[in-house]
Amino acid sequence: MSLPAYASTGERAWYYSYRVICGLIFLFLMFPIIVIVPLSFNAQPYFTFTREMLSLNPEGFSTRWYNALFNSSRWMAAIQNSFFIAICSTLIATTLGTLAALGLSRPHMPARAFITAFLISPMVVPLIITGAALFSFYARLNLTESFVSIILAHVVLGTPFVVITVTAALSGFDQSLIRAAQNLGASQTTTFFKIILPLLLPGVISGALFAFITSLDEVVVVLFLAGPAQEPMTVRMFSGLRENINPTILAVASVLVFMSIILLTTLELIRRRQERMRGMSPG
Amino acid sequence: MLRKMLLASAATVVVTAATPALTQDADSLTIVSWGGAYERSQQLAYYEPFTEETGVEILQESESANGLAGIRSQVEAGNVSWDVVDLLQSDAQRACDEGLLEVIDPAEWLADGDDGTPPEEDFIENTMGDCFIPQILYATMFAYNTEAFPDGGPQTVEDIWDLEAFPGTRALQRIPQKNLEWALLADGVEPDQVYEVLATEEGQDQAFAKLDEIRDSVIWWEEGAQPPQLLADQEAVIATAYNGRIFDAQMNEDQPFEIMWDHQMFEVDGWVIPVGNEDELDTIKEFIRFSTDTQRLADQAQYIAYGPARNSSASKVSTFEGTDIEMAPHMPTNPENLETAIAFDVQFWADYGDALEERFNAWLAQ
Amino acid sequence: MTDATMADMAASGGQELKTSDGRSLKAALKASQSVERRRAFLLVLPLLALLVASFIIPIGQLVTRSVYNPEVASYLPETSSALSGWNGEGVPDEEVFAALAADMVVGAENRTIGRVAARINREMPGTRSMIMGLSRSAEELQPPYREAFLADDEGWGEQALWRFLKRETRIITPAYYLIATDLEYNAEGEIVQRPENYQVYRTLFWRTAWMSLTITALCVLLGYPIAHLLATQPLRIANILMILVLLPFWTSLLVRTSSWIVLLQQQGVINDMLVWLGVVTDSGRLRMIYNKTGTIIAMTHILLPFMILPLYSVMKTIPPSYMRAARSLGATQTYAFTRVYLPLTIPGLAAGVLLVFILAIGYYITPALVGGDSGIFISNLIASNMQSSLANLKLGAALATILLVLVMLFYFVFNKLIGVDRLKFG
Repeated sequence: MSLPAYASTGERAWYYSYRVICGLIFLFLMFPIIVIVPLSFNAQPYFTFTREMLSLNPEGFSTRWYNALFNSSRWMAAIQNSFFIAICSTLIATTLGTLAALGLSRPHMPARAFITAFLISPMVVPLIITGAALFSFYARLNLTESFVSIILAHVVLGTPFVVITVTAALSGFDQSLIRAAQNLGASQTTTFFKIILPLLLPGVISGALFAFITSLDEVVVVLFLAGPAQEPMTVRMFSGLRENINPTILAVASVLVFMSIILLTTLELIRRRQERMRGMSPG
Repeated sequence: MLRKMLLASAATVVVTAATPALTQDADSLTIVSWGGAYERSQQLAYYEPFTEETGVEILQESESANGLAGIRSQVEAGNVSWDVVDLLQSDAQRACDEGLLEVIDPAEWLADGDDGTPPEEDFIENTMGDCFIPQILYATMFAYNTEAFPDGGPQTVEDIWDLEAFPGTRALQRIPQKNLEWALLADGVEPDQVYEVLATEEGQDQAFAKLDEIRDSVIWWEEGAQPPQLLADQEAVIATAYNGRIFDAQMNEDQPFEIMWDHQMFEVDGWVIPVGNEDELDTIKEFIRFSTDTQRLADQAQYIAYGPARNSSASKVSTFEGTDIEMAPHMPTNPENLETAIAFDVQFWADYGDALEERFNAWLAQ
Repeated sequence: MTDATMADMAASGGQELKTSDGRSLKAALKASQSVERRRAFLLVLPLLALLVASFIIPIGQLVTRSVYNPEVASYLPETSSALSGWNGEGVPDEEVFAALAADMVVGAENRTIGRVAARINREMPGTRSMIMGLSRSAEELQPPYREAFLADDEGWGEQALWRFLKRETRIITPAYYLIATDLEYNAEGEIVQRPENYQVYRTLFWRTAWMSLTITALCVLLGYPIAHLLATQPLRIANILMILVLLPFWTSLLVRTSSWIVLLQQQGVINDMLVWLGVVTDSGRLRMIYNKTGTIIAMTHILLPFMILPLYSVMKTIPPSYMRAARSLGATQTYAFTRVYLPLTIPGLAAGVLLVFILAIGYYITPALVGGDSGIFISNLIASNMQSSLANLKLGAALATILLVLVMLFYFVFNKLIGVDRLKFG
């Protein structure tokens, strides 16, 4: 949308103020995320910019909160727990979600709309309800404070994303490729691994990334289910925020921001590659 | 590439899966407490010496704020993962009535005082419960940041309500307990009649009306670690707090805080044992006997300003860790600090807690 | 030729077509289709089974719990059966008191009497110590029991207590739903409003809905221009700008909430800036957090990408020539926008609005951290009923069920209007 040469003064004014408004909204979106990073290098235990920081005096900055983070066995255990839970639940969620999406996109799937809505529902049910329900459920099975219950819960929360992304990838999928492969004598298995999977992989990977970040970020359900041995970093962060908020939390937050940048870049690269592939094939 | 990634994550899975499994063995106790400086004092005075002596590892969980609910759901589900829980006397009373806790026989569970006094007599009068072993006596009272009041801070509960002489935000705990008592005291009710008045509809109206007066200047805290933080950041200039937390901030962080002892409310905090851990009961008993003996209770007082629950410990209370600061003047049990003190009425709150909690929530939501 | 047209032919053809092995084509097709159906379903089955077992059943149990009320019936069994004969007038006779005395002895022995006392005390404050007091000496009670009870505490003569007990002998009760909607039984057993001092849940439901609407409206206000900008820029620039939307989307919820705490608190970055600029004085720092404002700002930030993404995916498909055509036909910018562009974006707008609203009303973490007392949602009260020491799990379950029904209602509407299969991220 560029400004045409015949635009009136009013339109010009609107055009530029529109740009400014958009700029401000982008600022609103990005500022809170960016501000965390310099603050995490604060030499003082404050959450605001000290005078030394503003004058860029190196004494105002330090890595003490990062040292505190990486030297705390509790934080490191929490980070390890988080990744363990996220990796396990992502593997399961991706497998089950991809299978389900494959089934859903078959032309003869019975009750498709209903089942899809059902499979997506964990995404919309308020987490506090899921958390409370799973807590009493697993308590009866003697499974609270175990990795099993947390991983299963995160599988449930992660699969909707996998189902959505893989279904989306399948909707742009040329079904005649399957028939062509089978006409040429490929078995079902060969077709799946040689044709379907490579084309689906971008959708599967982005679904997996979603499931991964969902698990890594999840607070409410783990508040109910995790004991001290499973405590993930979100629970530590949450209690830190409620009790004594100290800048170690900002260091954790900066690390997480860095992680989301990596994940986002990965996803963007996948998307570009996919676009290139789409560009080459019809449809 | 992808195969490598998968292999790597599979390896992580296997390795990490093995590690947590180690912590689940029988030689560990899960002990639930309140977090912060208080839990640290327990760690230094009880947990670490205990582990050293017996090899039993202590897993700490800072869940006491949800202690009663946690015990209820664990016992009802028949899956008790908490071995020992630090609870308030009031919560312990309720849990005990509901049959959720082991009944304690003092003679069997507890050590004699170091002067030979049997435990039933050594613990401060009226603090031991059927299922409750007291550890400390602590006070909740007002504290303020002296930087906010260069001409002197509030001295009485009435001053707290005086927004003109002492302007600024007050941080109160988001529960009806104690706030309603202080509101009545500030409104002129005699200290010995507070609970009688509060049991009546009119008395409750009066207390809430009094709270209304300062409502707009109040922010609410929920965890014991919050008030020192709020005072330090000057998000609030006056806060109700546990005396030990304020002491900790004064000593370890050099914060310019002052405690106002007027109408401090003291209560007892201690250990309870949820039923359903029969296999580990011997280890639990060992821990309780160890952690509540005369020396251990006195040791705890080096790290935090809470009064030990045994009379025999009182004389052993010395100085604050690593300093020559006498602990006694900072204890809620110090006679000077006790002058206008109110004993928190556990029975009253067991009866009226539910109803007043609801009314308090309704009041907050308006 | 597709299966469908073959089936049509088979159906419409006067003579039945046969496959090479002589079976009716119709039947063969039907058989192969049902094989196909079964295959498709088998692929979905593992996930479906997992969801039913570890999501639907737990939620079902939670819902059941909200009406389940076994305390009086199971811990005072004798009393319950004796009370069934009482007509509800005056104070029950000796038979009921004798039954209660027997139950009390057993209850004190098993230490279950406290659970009944807790249940009764909830509705009738003060009765706990009356019951517990008597239970300690229950074994020494002598007939006539009625006199013995009354001598111990006059409270045993209250008709309201006995009516309450009789009502409580039902195993299924709506009582928690009444409380959850600020209603109660009066002494006559009729359903009435609770005293105003105690009304909280309805207020909170309304506030949750109202604040969620505000947040949704703000998301529309902020998201629409951004989505429009993204959709009308050349792809290269749009891709870069898109990252500014996606990065917050991918950043942890807790991280974003803590940033807002850092920014908005009284000693925080924004107040510091305002003081430095001289907009406010040091003592007059604004309170922007631990209240409604804090919740609304932080949640708008967190949910904004959920508005932008569906809007963008719809706007991307609107050819720019439409607006140019409208303009060249003489429409002003505003007219062309409201008459041509806006209506075309309605599907995206509807998707964004419903999505943001559905996610907002169930939010827990952000209000808990930045909401203070005026900015909390119904979820926070559910949580405190589930966890705090004065917990009432069943009331929590009743509140959760009401919230769940509301959310599912909106989800149903979303599904009907937009369809979950059209959801896309990134």
